[in-house]
Amino acid sequence: MNHLPLIIKREYLTKVKNKSFIVMTFLSPIIMIALIAVVAYLSQLNNDKERTISVLDETGFLKDVFQNTENTNYTSLNGLNLEDAIALVKEKEDYGLLHIAEVDSLESMANNIKFYSEESPSISIMSNLERKIEKRLREMKLQEDGVTLAQIEASKTNVEIAQESFDGEKSSKIDNIVKLAFGGIAGYLLFMFIIIYGNMIMRSVIEEKTSRIIEIIISSVKPIQLMMGKIIGTSLAGVTQFAIWVILGGILMMIVSSIFGIDLSQASAPQQELMNQAMEAEGAQVMVENLLTAISNLPIANLVVAFVFFFIGGYLLYSSLYAAIGAAVDNETDTQQFMLPILMPLILAVYVGVFTVIEDPHGTVSTVFSFIPFTSPVVMLMRIPFGVPLWQQGLSLLLLIGTFIFAVWFAAKIYRVGILMYGKKPTYKELFKWLKY
Amino acid sequence: MNDLLVANSVSKNFGNFRALNQVSIAVPKGSIFGLLGPNGAGKTTLIRIINQITMPDEGSVLLDGNALKPEHIRDIGYLPEERGLYKSMKVGEQCLYLAQLKGLSKSEAKSRLKYWFDKLEIGDWWNKKIQELSKGQAQKIQFIVTVLHKPKLLIFDEPFSGFDPINANLIKDEILKLRDEGATVIFSTHRMESVEELCDHIALIHKSNKVLDGKLNDIKRQYKTNTFEVGLESSNKENILSEIKNTFEVLPATFKNLNDDIKLNIKISDSTSPNDLLSFLTAKAEVHHFVEVIPSASDIFIQTVKNN
Repeated sequence: MNHLPLIIKREYLTKVKNKSFIVMTFLSPIIMIALIAVVAYLSQLNNDKERTISVLDETGFLKDVFQNTENTNYTSLNGLNLEDAIALVKEKEDYGLLHIAEVDSLESMANNIKFYSEESPSISIMSNLERKIEKRLREMKLQEDGVTLAQIEASKTNVEIAQESFDGEKSSKIDNIVKLAFGGIAGYLLFMFIIIYGNMIMRSVIEEKTSRIIEIIISSVKPIQLMMGKIIGTSLAGVTQFAIWVILGGILMMIVSSIFGIDLSQASAPQQELMNQAMEAEGAQVMVENLLTAISNLPIANLVVAFVFFFIGGYLLYSSLYAAIGAAVDNETDTQQFMLPILMPLILAVYVGVFTVIEDPHGTVSTVFSFIPFTSPVVMLMRIPFGVPLWQQGLSLLLLIGTFIFAVWFAAKIYRVGILMYGKKPTYKELFKWLKY
Repeated sequence: MNDLLVANSVSKNFGNFRALNQVSIAVPKGSIFGLLGPNGAGKTTLIRIINQITMPDEGSVLLDGNALKPEHIRDIGYLPEERGLYKSMKVGEQCLYLAQLKGLSKSEAKSRLKYWFDKLEIGDWWNKKIQELSKGQAQKIQFIVTVLHKPKLLIFDEPFSGFDPINANLIKDEILKLRDEGATVIFSTHRMESVEELCDHIALIHKSNKVLDGKLNDIKRQYKTNTFEVGLESSNKENILSEIKNTFEVLPATFKNLNDDIKLNIKISDSTSPNDLLSFLTAKAEVHHFVEVIPSASDIFIQTVKNN
């Protein structure tokens, strides 16, 4: 008798009809969007704030350096002495005072610049000032050596390395950013999915144990059927929830940004900075073009297929372990000791993904971790946008499936013994013994 | 084939612990079979093997002459001792689900559930959640779910725990009715009075071994000691007592009666008939109480367990 569809249906419906599940499904995107909107709004406020920086330049060399910008005004306090200048700045409640002391040579000038302020100034402002001063000093030194300003201007070159693969595929810097974004999103999605719904599976196994219904159920169905039904049913509920989140989030995002006119993408990610740098170098139009080619350059078919397989494989691997943990313990507090070994490889995978794949997607570390089954789903998904040979993907997937089958066998063993054990908190040694029952 | 269920030398180990050692039982069709034993003796392991929850390491189990197969699940109804229901699921939905797991179609399950709900007068529980029911009420649901698919073999592990006497009687009557309709029942309990009341056969498992097995009456016959409870009235108490003590083996009385002039348990030898004893007594005093001591299931249980 195949009861799997029946079990899946029950697991799915109980999850989906659960009140807190429904509340979370509809509330989370609202909360998320609200948070993003607030952050975006606040950071915009922050950027909009005008600040005045007073400059006391005793050397007179830097007079043209500080041009007013949208958010920053520079006022010259030349002619005052330092004490008066500080007092004045304090009184005016300026952001701060930049003091360039009188020196006899350009060399010592660099070491005699100070910034006075009420609170410690922001790093970006300081580095901005430093950049400006450095640039001027370099020009002045070059001029001292007889180079004219025109020559300096003329010597500026903007290098844009055109990228092309051996197969003749053109790409650009923006490609990497797009690839990173795709890989990162895929890997992170898997990570979140495992943690959220793995826990849900575990709780539902524990619930069956604590409500003592388990023995009634498994006198009708095989434990492995029950376990797989649980995993699949819960995953389907998870997919449903995710889909609703994405759709609802998208709609809300549109509504919010159109109402408040806030560019939400500004607040989104640190990748933004890379993006901005790329944007500075090229014109906006070129960038859009590049972005489109970048996306079309992605191995889309490969990405989709690999995403499906690695996602399912990785998710099933971890969720069967979650199910085994749920079966081994009596209540949620006892799960702690077993959670670490599961979370470690998962977190490791994300770190490897974030740090080494960005650095070198085909380096030894990323390659190795994209083969180890417990980290491969996340790491491989992050690598694939950069182009991974099919044999590597195949081998990694094969290893993953092998491990997955082993994990299900292992989990099923633990599960069928564990679900009938009450009142004991098992040790690892005992779990190992159960394998032989 | 008169036995519905036969277990042949079934053994089961958990690591180094032998939970069952060469246990054989035969459960006759249409009987109520008491599976007894102290806590931890191995009863539940045997029951789980019959339910195919665990597999035996050695030995085999036959149901109706065939080795146990997954298909047999629908022929067995099992009410475990550790039982419960999904707390946040509605009664009706839950019953349908569990019935479908036993292989009933949804419509069939619905009509049978209606019959049982009407019978036990709980029709208005259909849309309640289990957590809104009392423990006894939930037990009723569990009972219905166990018998709903009309299994050939019913296994009840402590079916009466949690029931008040009225409901316990109700369930007991239903069990007897199911037996009369042709079901075979394995009944595991520590409540010896219900064993006495219900069981035709018993098997006693102790420390993983079967130590006793057979028809309850045969076993009682085997365990009786030719002892009689005797209550007498006489004005000459001392004399009669010493006369009896000279002729028969006298034990302290184990019964209560209204008159306590002389209360004795008298054990007679195999060659003496009860009539001999009775005529001896009637000649000397007025007999108010004369009953053969039949060992109770509880006595047999305690004695067997102590001796092993």
